[in-house]
Amino acid sequence: MNASLLIAILLVLSSVAYYMGRKRAFSVANGSIKNLHSLPTYYGLYTAIWCGIPALVLVAFWSAFENAIITQLVISELPPALIEQGAGHVNLVINDIKNLVHGNIVSGKLEPPIIAAADHYMNLLRISHMALAVIALALAIGGGLFTLNRIRVNQQARNAVEKIITVGLVICSSIAILTTIGIILSVLFESMRFFKSVPITDFIFGLDWSPQMAIRADQVGSSGAFGAIPLVVGTLLISFIAMTVAVPIGLLSAIYLSEYASSHVRAIAKPMLEILAGIPTVVYGFFAALTVAPFIRDTGGLIGLDVASESALAAGLVMGIMIIPFVSSLSDDVINAVPQSLRDGAYGLGATQAETVKKVIFPAALPGIVGGVLLAVSRAIGETMIVVMAAGLSANLTVNPLEAVTTVTVQIVTLLTGDQEFDSPKTLAAFALGLMLFVVTLTLNIIALHVVRKYREQYE
Amino acid sequence: MNDTTPRTIDIVRAGLARRQRAERRFRVYGRLAIALALVFLSFLFFSIVSKGYTAFQQTYVKIDVYIDPAMIDPNNTRDSKVLSAGDYGGVIKQALRDMYPDVTNRRDKRALYGMVSTGAAFQLRDMVINKPALVGTTQSLWVPADDDFDMLAKGHIDRDLPEDDRRLKDNQIGWYDNLVEQGRVDKRFNTTFFTAGDSRDAELSGIWGAATGSFFTLTVTLLLSFPIGVAAAVYLEEFAPQNRLTDIIEVNINNLAAVPSIVFGLLGLAVFINFFGLPRSAPLVGGLVLTLMTLPTIIIASRAALKSVPPSIREAALGIGASKMQTIMFHVLPLAMPGMLTGTIIGMAQALGETAPLLMIGMVAFIVDIPGGVFDPSTVLPVQIYLWADSPERAFVERTSAAIMVLLAFLITMNALAVILRKRFERRW
Repeated sequence: MNASLLIAILLVLSSVAYYMGRKRAFSVANGSIKNLHSLPTYYGLYTAIWCGIPALVLVAFWSAFENAIITQLVISELPPALIEQGAGHVNLVINDIKNLVHGNIVSGKLEPPIIAAADHYMNLLRISHMALAVIALALAIGGGLFTLNRIRVNQQARNAVEKIITVGLVICSSIAILTTIGIILSVLFESMRFFKSVPITDFIFGLDWSPQMAIRADQVGSSGAFGAIPLVVGTLLISFIAMTVAVPIGLLSAIYLSEYASSHVRAIAKPMLEILAGIPTVVYGFFAALTVAPFIRDTGGLIGLDVASESALAAGLVMGIMIIPFVSSLSDDVINAVPQSLRDGAYGLGATQAETVKKVIFPAALPGIVGGVLLAVSRAIGETMIVVMAAGLSANLTVNPLEAVTTVTVQIVTLLTGDQEFDSPKTLAAFALGLMLFVVTLTLNIIALHVVRKYREQYE
Repeated sequence: MNDTTPRTIDIVRAGLARRQRAERRFRVYGRLAIALALVFLSFLFFSIVSKGYTAFQQTYVKIDVYIDPAMIDPNNTRDSKVLSAGDYGGVIKQALRDMYPDVTNRRDKRALYGMVSTGAAFQLRDMVINKPALVGTTQSLWVPADDDFDMLAKGHIDRDLPEDDRRLKDNQIGWYDNLVEQGRVDKRFNTTFFTAGDSRDAELSGIWGAATGSFFTLTVTLLLSFPIGVAAAVYLEEFAPQNRLTDIIEVNINNLAAVPSIVFGLLGLAVFINFFGLPRSAPLVGGLVLTLMTLPTIIIASRAALKSVPPSIREAALGIGASKMQTIMFHVLPLAMPGMLTGTIIGMAQALGETAPLLMIGMVAFIVDIPGGVFDPSTVLPVQIYLWADSPERAFVERTSAAIMVLLAFLITMNALAVILRKRFERRW
């Protein structure tokens, strides 16, 4: 019996349980619901919950771990000769077995032990599915009947149901924490494996990045170098270019919109700026790679500059355009939070509007603006698609914006797309880079949020 | 008063002109900044539309095909199995040879065959299988031209370039001009672009496969992120006690909203694919990753919506004896729903445009088939754009831009929907 059918049956059973619970509540109350502690619906819900939830949770856990357990069982039954050929070979064999089970094409010729193992696998899978179906249905029916029989007039069904719902709400809100823990664990765990083969100091202080590893031990040449400095410099260079575009334009437009523009202009210009924020980054990447980069290269050629076709300038410029609305909306919030009394005071002293902005509002809003800019920087560092499409792949250690550089995110994507083997330092390096990215952006965010919050408190 | 010390009013007056110039300058800077941003925006749209609008048309060539029984069905069985195995490519080639009998050189012949798409043979096969009586007759057929000729028809290939620098040689251009003279070339609406999956041949490729993948991925995302997000918001806003744990959750959500999307891709790869063994490239995994990414957006928007419901509603419900849960479920939540839905739509729009995390979980594979469910390997619209942007052929540039236009159309529709929803249903208390 497949899982979706089982889930459908369980859902049907729960709705049956709901109606039976409700009916039962009416009957124990002798038809007058005044006698009941809760509304009949709650008795129905209570029965349905005890019928459906335990069984569904069981199905979820069973399905999550079934595969791993069965695979282990099959491996333990494999002839020792196969296992002695190393972990890589066992993986291949397991793949063959799974392909065989799913009716796909199998690599190479079939050996009898593999066919036997596949049969074994199928058998275990069938047994597991049967067992799951029987246990889940028994649990559902048993739970439903048990609860149904315990329905009494003074039973506090509503409180019980609400308690269960509250537990559900708590679980939902803890998913945010689980996600963070999941991110930290997954990146940290793989990074530790990476640092076992590449010393952490080499990674942080190394000046050379060329993640080509030798596939065989006797291969020459590609020993692999994992120094992250060129990537960090490249990332910072592109982010710096982006910020030199985004900060002045974003800040000035925020000031203009909040201090000068009529409400009519604001109503049109603000949504227009927000369109920039809604455009997917892959579109910016395409724009950078096919329009801006050739344009910069050709203009550079006209004035005698040698510009790489994947120059940092093109990627940084387009990334800056992308970040403009981000800077402008954050600064807009901050500027609007400056109390009107400060403005009035400045005008009262005879300051012009520009002087008020420059000498009163800007200093007052500065902490908030700095926070916003930090958030924008963290966004620029983590931005992926623009640099993947418009920045280079080779790690040049340079701060010349006309040359091609590569970034942390570009390398993560290049290392992890395409054929990969999960144990090589090459793929694990991506997780180490991910860890670095996560730590840096997280630190920036925490500082930025702290600064913004402190600033808000000042004027509240 | 000493006459030599200037009066304050004079100092002020002396500086006035300069200060007013500074004022005007500052104002111009502000206008310039906005104008610059808008110029960027319009330039972006212009460059995409001007590159892409031609992709909505495709060049077709009319050829007269003699459906030779010897090549399709030598034994006259008219059995569908035999018919589907026939050499339709050969039939098309024969038709082209018949049109230009003077082409004898092997290389020229190959150039001639290249005029029509490889899809022409499939088109013919489908026709014959549907109507076996066609075997042995001569049919006039409109078939898609090869992408290079399509580009020539659209004026993207410069005839003035030296022959060696062009993708099309002089004799090929000659044949094309000859066909145009005979009225055998026509541009039609490119339905393939909207109905086909990906293909190595630009003229046979379409976005339907990617759009279906996007649909499945977003369905998974919506089904998970909306209920979870609303539940989390309800708990945090209405039930959570003010303690450390709640604080941690809140800080956490704010930080998650700013974690680079690619890190979520790493999480998906390590947890969903390597640990739980879910299939690579599947919309299910994509949906799970995007759920985690959009949750902060939805939670933050939903909390704002809950906050905007006035306390009088809660007090009234509590006053007539509703429990706290009943108050929230039946009175607060319905009033906050429009705001929550708006936030969800915006989150979905973000998810629709997201590319980077999906690259990590293998949705970049070259997939021709239209996915049929959440477990089938598939790709999504933005990833399709990324893949096509990498292809060197000129015809793919045009299709990339067209796909971007489709994606932007979806995004604009979703955002407009959110705005309308907000305008229509949001109540000001």
